[in-house]
Amino acid sequence: MATQMKENDESGRQVIDSVVIRFAGDSGDGMQLTGTQFTQSTALMGNDLATFPDFPAEIRAPVGTTYGVSAFQINFASHEIKTPGDAPDVLVAMNPAALKVHLRDLVPGGVIIINEGAFTDRNIEKAGYKSNPLEDGTTEPFRLFSIDISKLTLAATEGMDITQKEALRAKNLWTLGLLCWMYDRDRQPTIDWLNTRFAKLPEIAKANIAALNAGHAYGETAELPSDINTYIVPKASTEPGVYRAVTGIETTAWGLLVGAQKAGLDIFLGSYPITPASPLLHTLSNLRQYGVVTFQAEDEISAVCSAIGAAYAGSLGLTSSSGPGVALKGEALGLAVVTELPLIVVNFQRAGPSTGMPTKTEQSDLYQAVYGRNADTPMPVISSSTPGDCYECAIEAVRLATKYMTPVMFLNEGYLANAAEPWKIPNVDDVEPFPVEFRKDAEGFHPYLRDEKTLARPWAKPGTPGLEHRIGGIEKDYDSGNISYDPDNHHKMTKIRAEKILNIANDIPLQEVSTGEETGDLVVVGWGSTYGAIEQAVKHCNADGLSVSHVHIRHIWPLPRNLGDLLRGFRNVLVPEMNNGQLVTLLRAEYLVDAESLTQISGQPFKVADLEREIRSRLEKQS
Amino acid sequence: MNVQSPPEKLKPNDFASDQEVRWCPGCGDYAIVKSVQRALADMGSDPAKTVFVSGIGCAARFPYYMSTYGFHTIHGRAPAFATGVKLANPELDVWVIGGDGDMLSIGGNHTLHAIRRNVDVQILLFNNQIYGLTKGQYSPTSQVGTRSPSTPAGSVDSPISACVFALGCNARFVARCVDTNQKVLPGLLVEAKQNKGASFVEILQNCIVYNDGVYSAFTEKSVAADRQVVCEHGKPLIFGKDNEKGLRLVPGKLELEVVTIGENGITEDDILIHDETNRPLALMLAGMLPPEFPVAMGVIFRDPGPSYETSVVEQIADIKEKSPPESLNTILNKGRTWTVV
Repeated sequence: MATQMKENDESGRQVIDSVVIRFAGDSGDGMQLTGTQFTQSTALMGNDLATFPDFPAEIRAPVGTTYGVSAFQINFASHEIKTPGDAPDVLVAMNPAALKVHLRDLVPGGVIIINEGAFTDRNIEKAGYKSNPLEDGTTEPFRLFSIDISKLTLAATEGMDITQKEALRAKNLWTLGLLCWMYDRDRQPTIDWLNTRFAKLPEIAKANIAALNAGHAYGETAELPSDINTYIVPKASTEPGVYRAVTGIETTAWGLLVGAQKAGLDIFLGSYPITPASPLLHTLSNLRQYGVVTFQAEDEISAVCSAIGAAYAGSLGLTSSSGPGVALKGEALGLAVVTELPLIVVNFQRAGPSTGMPTKTEQSDLYQAVYGRNADTPMPVISSSTPGDCYECAIEAVRLATKYMTPVMFLNEGYLANAAEPWKIPNVDDVEPFPVEFRKDAEGFHPYLRDEKTLARPWAKPGTPGLEHRIGGIEKDYDSGNISYDPDNHHKMTKIRAEKILNIANDIPLQEVSTGEETGDLVVVGWGSTYGAIEQAVKHCNADGLSVSHVHIRHIWPLPRNLGDLLRGFRNVLVPEMNNGQLVTLLRAEYLVDAESLTQISGQPFKVADLEREIRSRLEKQS
Repeated sequence: MNVQSPPEKLKPNDFASDQEVRWCPGCGDYAIVKSVQRALADMGSDPAKTVFVSGIGCAARFPYYMSTYGFHTIHGRAPAFATGVKLANPELDVWVIGGDGDMLSIGGNHTLHAIRRNVDVQILLFNNQIYGLTKGQYSPTSQVGTRSPSTPAGSVDSPISACVFALGCNARFVARCVDTNQKVLPGLLVEAKQNKGASFVEILQNCIVYNDGVYSAFTEKSVAADRQVVCEHGKPLIFGKDNEKGLRLVPGKLELEVVTIGENGITEDDILIHDETNRPLALMLAGMLPPEFPVAMGVIFRDPGPSYETSVVEQIADIKEKSPPESLNTILNKGRTWTVV
């Protein structure tokens, strides 16, 4: 249990150092909004935090059903945290279906806040309960706080010029008000947000604010069950600086923007709507005054092809998608590799194969990224670990693409796209510029003339006099850039394309151990969003004196050049992944190490406790 | 006063690259490349600002034979690449080259959307009603009954008319010409270029190896005048060796018929005047099939509208004016922040 009770402060609130709250309700109950607003307030209170939005793919699944339940989990603390928390201490269930789906995760003795008004016979039956869970002992192991939120919301908005339906929709704000009271959160940011959001519907804004305040007032004045407390979570002691809460979508967009500026290029994004990548298209479409052209293409193929066309013409070509869309882009990526044009593919991975579970997270496109094209078609692959890390990875992707004239695969994750965390706002000026130099000089030019050091070919954009040339998918002659079917030339070109990419290993940081010693009994190797969970699990084990280290890989291809030696310094290698074992195969193939796979393919992030148990069991087996 | 010498006017040959042309001897593509080079020379085009983008197929080898910029891409996707090129640099003169399989089969979707958006590119579709580079399979424009390696007993599916398709996609410039018509084709290409927007030109091209003579029923010299009608805006749709035939609407019906001037009291005044801005008329003309009707040539439809990249540029300029760009540090610090000291 994350909550650790300490003494009460002068206001009578219990001081705790962390708590995990899960808001769950029907898709139409506004749980994502409630969670996001609670997150904003929490961030402004100075707590460290991590969130996990978990919502269905259906926009409006039938009301009251278990598959229509939408949830938002937040973990916040007075110390550094890295995950949204294993199990909630508090579950807010706005209807029986939400209780049915999420009660199993609640810690023993945890608090359930229930909207009693939604527990009608019909809703109870729809959720699949045989009897009323509030009366049949289902909730006995927990602390139940049952309130008719629907009724109280209607009362709070009585007399306002809105329909009853509109009034009832404010019940999420009522709930938020209650939680703000329980955890001493400021309501003002939410009030400000509501006033902006409903600027054209002042009555709706008024009703929502009234509900928010009523929920808070209820906490202050009503007689509460004796086992329900109020809490204080003190500020986390974090590094000084200016902070904000961010999601991976925002940081990815900003990183790409900063990268483009450092390269001195305009951005062209070709994209096709797909869950969960579309928000990047939306975000960049709102930044078009910054030298950004966004193009919603007719399909995934056109999206990547238009971006390659734009790259040919001298823009920074971007395309964003998720696994199934990236599959459609495969042939065009081969063309980008063979024509050696810079391009960034952002893959917000989701659970697959095929349509899979579009709103659920997974990291199962590593094979696709590294190997997933016809023929020998290498490209750098980079992966982000946290919403904040997406910013740095995006800049790095731009640097590599433009310096080495190559498409770069940026493996992002659906989870990172939507999850929020506090982010120390970096200074854009701290990033060293890496300006692109377009070829201008016609003397001695041919399109495949390579830079001796980077092996990159020149970027000669149409419009430049004297550099007229033709490129394309047909193999090119090493010495002239003209089309060539010469057998030896093809061998040479295939080798040079591979070498160019492998050479990037000399231009990326050496692999570091993020926690633990440089050698030892066990190293846990991860990539992507599992970073936080692994880091915490390994730290817990280190605290007990166990010899275990954490290695987190950002550069999936080429791998850091010291990685093999590093892994060989440990007796055992464990690779937890949210897939059926992909990085583990790559590591085994590259280094001939006997790495062991640990898989979880549930569409849910790893829990720290589960990883800790697995690590301990490995170490016990060894001894 | 300094006398500046006028920029050297390039000749058609100056637009040819040094690469050996690898089309079959007698292929209609030779005539087309000549016409394109002639058109560029006539317009005084700048090779440095001209880009040819192609897909895959015999026609798609085209960029290699031009001394301009060129991008030989992947099957069917040339219109998508071209859209990216044009959006990235609207100053460039972009030409899209492809065949009937490339642009109407595997790439039909991209052709549709490049036309619908009205991206300012010239789309030249070399229609030979066959797959050449893959050795002779029937194509989406092949006539019913076409015998090919994949349809040994003859194809059974109906073909699509390239120009009717383009008109259905809301094309604002649709023209048609025969590959060897060197007198007309260069001028038509100049008109295509002058139209700001997606200009669609169907070039009826003879594949000497796999579909030889597929158009000879109306392109042979002896029959051409009787079996082709040249569309000219504001002029009567008259054809025939002696200009004796014409098209008119069947009285009381939205239907064309061929009539002979001087017969049954028909005079030149009865002949339909071509209105290139009339889409329903253009659809009827584009859909005419021999032998009942002549094949329509020339500019079948032209009704210019705002081009896509122009609208995009204008919209971005408007956004820049309304909310001028700030420093990226400002963006990162916008919204709710808090300070830890």
